[in-house]
Amino acid sequence: MWNIILSQLSALVELRDFACERDERILFSSLNAIFYAGQVVQILGANGSGKTTLLRVLAGVSPDYQGEILWQGQALATCAWEYTNASLYLGHLPGIKKSLTPLENLRWYAAIQGGVGDEVLLQALAEVKLAGYEDTLCYQLSAGQLRRVALARLVFSTAKLWILDEPFTALDKAGAMLLEARLAGHAAAGGLVLVTSHQDINVPDLLQLNLQDFALAHAKLHTAGYQETSAHG
Amino acid sequence: MGNSPSLFWSTLRRDLILAFRHKGDMINPLVFFLIAISMIPLGIGAETALLMRIAPGIIWVMALLATLLSLDNLFRSDFDDGSLEQLLIAPYPLFFSVLAKVLVHWLATGLPLTLLAPLLGVMLSLPANAFVALCCSLLIGTAAMSLIGAVGAALTVGLRKGGLLISLIVMPLYVPILIFGANGVQAAAVGQDYTMQLAVLGAGLALALVLAPLAAAGALRVSVNG
Repeated sequence: MWNIILSQLSALVELRDFACERDERILFSSLNAIFYAGQVVQILGANGSGKTTLLRVLAGVSPDYQGEILWQGQALATCAWEYTNASLYLGHLPGIKKSLTPLENLRWYAAIQGGVGDEVLLQALAEVKLAGYEDTLCYQLSAGQLRRVALARLVFSTAKLWILDEPFTALDKAGAMLLEARLAGHAAAGGLVLVTSHQDINVPDLLQLNLQDFALAHAKLHTAGYQETSAHG
Repeated sequence: MGNSPSLFWSTLRRDLILAFRHKGDMINPLVFFLIAISMIPLGIGAETALLMRIAPGIIWVMALLATLLSLDNLFRSDFDDGSLEQLLIAPYPLFFSVLAKVLVHWLATGLPLTLLAPLLGVMLSLPANAFVALCCSLLIGTAAMSLIGAVGAALTVGLRKGGLLISLIVMPLYVPILIFGANGVQAAAVGQDYTMQLAVLGAGLALALVLAPLAAAGALRVSVNG
């Protein structure tokens, strides 16, 4: 009994009979899933199976979907404002201006979130091992360092839901480990991480959702491809 | 959230820094404006009476073309590096973010064009009593053109080669601004009252200020999604 109540309380995102299509091709359908606070969920699937599409829909960039998205048990339409406030999306494109310095880039993101001072941003840059680069133009940074600038947003983010599309791209081993630790830390602090990656993610209690189980050809074979395993219990 | 005003100012500040770091993009339309107008007397001869008559029209047409030239960059770099997506999903009305970007665009092109115009007026021997009208009409007109242009830029930002398409979308909407702007300066040049033309331009600007960011915001959502 308590278990059920607890899990209902911490169910952050729920997808009901969810389907996406792109260019009139159904990517996946009949996707039913509940994501709980405290989980790190890796979205799997071959190239073109709809991972990015799913994340873009969840981030609110794209409104093209069928089915229902629920945020903490409420339909998204009724709590869109809370949802956008509580989610952070990092896409394929890092969203970093190359003619700005890392600090100037982060200042803009800090303004979206509100109430983050420069000292917090400098600390965030230090945490992604970019101390000393805060006044270098991002033109002069490598691809991996650019990715780190974008990932520095995770350090000062107050969002509960992290939607990360291929965040490990261009990161070196140390950077990947740093990011894994951050994802695990976010989950432990009661957050939810939805992440796509083609490499293995080394995080305790990692859950995997394979979108190919919901591709049209298989849609009828699997009634529930996503095994609900709550990591918080 | 109480962060509503801060993202407007933050976007404004960020884009101003970007505008100053990309001086080339800012100077291009100005150089075009300068060169195109200096070519006119060379092409048709330095006959004062003739130049005086065509000066308002020439300056206005060139200002319009220079604005058009700079529109493609309005959302392009944001689209390419992914910060446009972030702007769309920010918990903040897109209307104001778009307004901030348009304001920077105007500060970087419309305002310098307006400031440069009197100089070119001298070159085209524009009568002295038309200078105030020229500056006022360009000040209002370029702002309206930046706003309307944002809609075209937002519609075409997802396309690889949007440049020509922007012109086709935006040009018809620029026609009334051009007519009233050039006509106002013309009226001032022959000593007539030009309040009516300025008032119409002002009304156009007010209308564009309310409607254009809305339309651009909607167009951006479509473009980013496509």
